[in-house]
Amino acid sequence: MNPGLVMYEEEFRQISGICDRLTRDANAKVVFLVDKNGQLIAATGQAQNLDTTSLASLTAGNVAAMGGLAKLIGEKEFPNQFHEGERESLHMSIVAGRVVLVVIFDAKSSLGLVRLRVKKAGEELGRIFEHLAKKQAMPGAQSPFAEITDDDIDNLFSG
Amino acid sequence: MSFINYSSREINCKIVYYGPGLCGKTTNLQYVYAKTAPEAKGKMISLATETERTLFFDFLPLSLGEIRGFKTRFHLYTVPGQVFYDASRKLILKGVDGVVFVADSQIERMEANLESVENLRVNLAEQGYDLNRIPYVVQYNKRDLPNIATVEELHRLINPRSVPEYQAVAPTGVGVFDTLKAVAKLVLTELKRGG
Repeated sequence: MNPGLVMYEEEFRQISGICDRLTRDANAKVVFLVDKNGQLIAATGQAQNLDTTSLASLTAGNVAAMGGLAKLIGEKEFPNQFHEGERESLHMSIVAGRVVLVVIFDAKSSLGLVRLRVKKAGEELGRIFEHLAKKQAMPGAQSPFAEITDDDIDNLFSG
Repeated sequence: MSFINYSSREINCKIVYYGPGLCGKTTNLQYVYAKTAPEAKGKMISLATETERTLFFDFLPLSLGEIRGFKTRFHLYTVPGQVFYDASRKLILKGVDGVVFVADSQIERMEANLESVENLRVNLAEQGYDLNRIPYVVQYNKRDLPNIATVEELHRLINPRSVPEYQAVAPTGVGVFDTLKAVAKLVLTELKRGG
């Protein structure tokens, strides 16, 4: 079984910084980063009015479905997707093979600008996720949950 | 595949409800949604056909409380049960931490149950998981219907590994939370072991 994703304070700050900058540089409304399994990693911009949990799950479902389609026609995956709405549009790109960078933008920006900025941010994010994967694989990087007891787990369900 | 976030002090896990078409997977989630306090749940999403058959998945995020300062969040998913949606079922199993198999207790659905368990085993294996090792519980649903198999028979056919099993009537909630608690507990125990 693959080990789960572990996010540390330092890397989280770096990732949030990159997403923040991307929001500004691309004139985007919202930028969020989702693990391919549907877990939200970071959200920046005007995300407070959005149901980011649902967004994350549906993004992962969409990327998984498109990945399945890609394989059927002999492609490895579709690393970039663009969905155009009447007012808002959505750009998704796969970073480091395991996370999805999503940019929501309106007429204040353009697909060209978003693609340009996403490319650069994606490279930077890719390096951080590679570093995270190495950090997790290091000997001694034991499960942070190794110390919980059966009682801790039972207590969660006693209420 | 769990996601542990030290920055937000959160742990996220994924649980998938599996089983043959019309066995009550979506009904399980609907009951959990209806009976959970607003602050502990997110929006339930159902990607369904016009006749309310699951097309891709249902999704329900739940918060269970804190363990050692970490908020535990469970993302519940269902798969589409109908045989021809197999490609979608495979996708939903990606990154799963625990599985609930919902069996339809009606005698005429026994073959569909067995086919679905086998399908689960094959699809998990494709993702690199072993049904004999993953956190796994079985629910015998529709116990209120007249033409049902005995629990002993269901156990023998569907649950030879003797994982935790529960009898249920999903629309009224019988067994629904027992099933959920059991799988959540197994998932956390597996995390503790560093799985």
